Amino acid sequence: MSTPAPAPLPVLRAGLADGLTVAGRNLLKLRHQPGQIVATFAFPLVSVVLFGYVFGSAIPIPGGGNYREYLMPGLFVMGTVFGLVGSLTVIAKDNGLGVMDRFRSMPMARSAVPFGQTASDLVVAAGSLAVMAGCGLLFGWRAHHGVGATLGAFGLLLLLQYAVSWVGVFLGSLVRNEETAARIAPLVMPVTMISNVFVPTEGMPTVLRVIADWNPVSAAAVACRELFGNPGLPTGDLAWPIEHPVLATVGWSALLLVIFVPLAVRRFRTAGL
Amino acid sequence: MGTPDAAVVAEGVHKRFGATTALAGLDLTVPAGTVYGLLGPNGAGKSTAVRVFATLTRPDEGRAVVAGHDVVREADAVRRRIGLAGQHAAVDEDLTGRENLRIFGRLFHLGGPRARRRADELLERFGLADAGDRLVRTYSGGMRRRLDLLSSLLVSPAVLFLDEPTTGLDPRSRNEIWDAVRDLVADGTTVLLTTQYLDEADQLAQHIAVIDTGRVIATGSPDRLKARIGGRIDVVLADGADLGEAARVLSAIAAEGTRPDADPERRLVSVPVGADSVTLPDVVRRLDQEGVPAVDVGLRRPTLDEVFLTLTGRPAEPADPPGTATPALAGEVSR
Repeated sequence: MSTPAPAPLPVLRAGLADGLTVAGRNLLKLRHQPGQIVATFAFPLVSVVLFGYVFGSAIPIPGGGNYREYLMPGLFVMGTVFGLVGSLTVIAKDNGLGVMDRFRSMPMARSAVPFGQTASDLVVAAGSLAVMAGCGLLFGWRAHHGVGATLGAFGLLLLLQYAVSWVGVFLGSLVRNEETAARIAPLVMPVTMISNVFVPTEGMPTVLRVIADWNPVSAAAVACRELFGNPGLPTGDLAWPIEHPVLATVGWSALLLVIFVPLAVRRFRTAGL
Repeated sequence: MGTPDAAVVAEGVHKRFGATTALAGLDLTVPAGTVYGLLGPNGAGKSTAVRVFATLTRPDEGRAVVAGHDVVREADAVRRRIGLAGQHAAVDEDLTGRENLRIFGRLFHLGGPRARRRADELLERFGLADAGDRLVRTYSGGMRRRLDLLSSLLVSPAVLFLDEPTTGLDPRSRNEIWDAVRDLVADGTTVLLTTQYLDEADQLAQHIAVIDTGRVIATGSPDRLKARIGGRIDVVLADGADLGEAARVLSAIAAEGTRPDADPERRLVSVPVGADSVTLPDVVRRLDQEGVPAVDVGLRRPTLDEVFLTLTGRPAEPADPPGTATPALAGEVSR
């Protein structure tokens, strides 16, 4: 009956193996929660109907074009940023239940939790993007610039998603439980709204327009519109991130990663000490 | 440390959280292969002590050695040798019991197949085999606690920390956990158990440390601790007129520095005695010799509650305060 502790694994191998285990655990959990999967995938459908047909009926696109074609890239980005809520909630829940304490009392790599979480987030995000794209196709959205540009756009979205997921993991490690996480989550809403996701920024008051133009969400949406060949690309005197949307999105993502990966890893190593 | 057979040694461990002092110079030696009870009211520092030993929190001062390794400098070595089961069931609600164990087993680096086998083995042994494929969300409190305990046994730990393992459980579940703990000790695991249930310490632990405001205020076996305040002999006399004579007789056996109390209304003479210093037949004989007829003679052994009251000057917290705020919270606030 006695099971002695195995010899310690080399650090890197342990970190990788543990990270994969944690990622597998998160995906397994999702499988047991069909409700959550439905909710994840219902979001894009509801958004397209709500924003595309309800709001879209009254929003003209500068330069003409179908509003839903304008909207879809924005919704892709919005869904991506909302991924933050998922990682925030999972980590906060583990904290609240004491699962995190068990992890930390075990001889596993402490960085496995944030790396595993962000990895499983990426898998979920890819699935959710695929469903969203399917919905978009149903409602008349198309990618016009070929396979390369299309894959480029989705790659960009996944990069942003990965970066945002690290922000969620870090925030999740700061809050004590799921309830607190649930109270923070709605704050993501304005981040996605003050942008060009739903309407062009040209008509906004100056202060709001500047914020919206420098919002990473806007740059990502413009980058996707450009790569998919969707209408509503801004013209005239543009803010830098809007003029160089792909570069700006990569830059914003890199910046978030540079800040939040070390913060999160440090946090998991030293929390409670 | 000079004590090779000690599973846990703490020397002058201090831990502060902001303005709150959780541990104020904790000294502790837990002999290997025993169940050691850390007994104290809410907020006494029990959980913080366990968190230090389990490498979850770092002491501000002093040092602690668990299974021969320093908890700060050799935290990884400690983590390979301990198990931790908390008062909050640290298992994943959204997975089945079996999946929980398999995943924790992998994280202990048992490897997939071995983690699988070990999970099945433990579920079988601790009566959770049938519930193993159900989501933990559907488990009763007692089942969760048992699964939590199993999660800390995947790799046979040298030292197992149980932080209030039965708080909030019904008596039946509590008994199940107790049986599991006794089983483990039979396997040679050292168990450090924190509890605010006096009967739990009495039932399981060979040694107890009473802890209050972050330090140990008394140690010993449950019996020794009770002996420290001894017992009380109550004699009910046939005739109230004998009270003075009875008190004279009984003062000969009174514990040092104490005198018999007489209660004329109940014709009762009561005297504190040192533990094991007197037997009932002895008392009866002395009274007989002096011609003091008694209708009832009784020896009252102290409960651990009384021990606690004597040691700390205040009663232990009620075991299961129904309808009050969560004890843990109330404890934090009151400190």
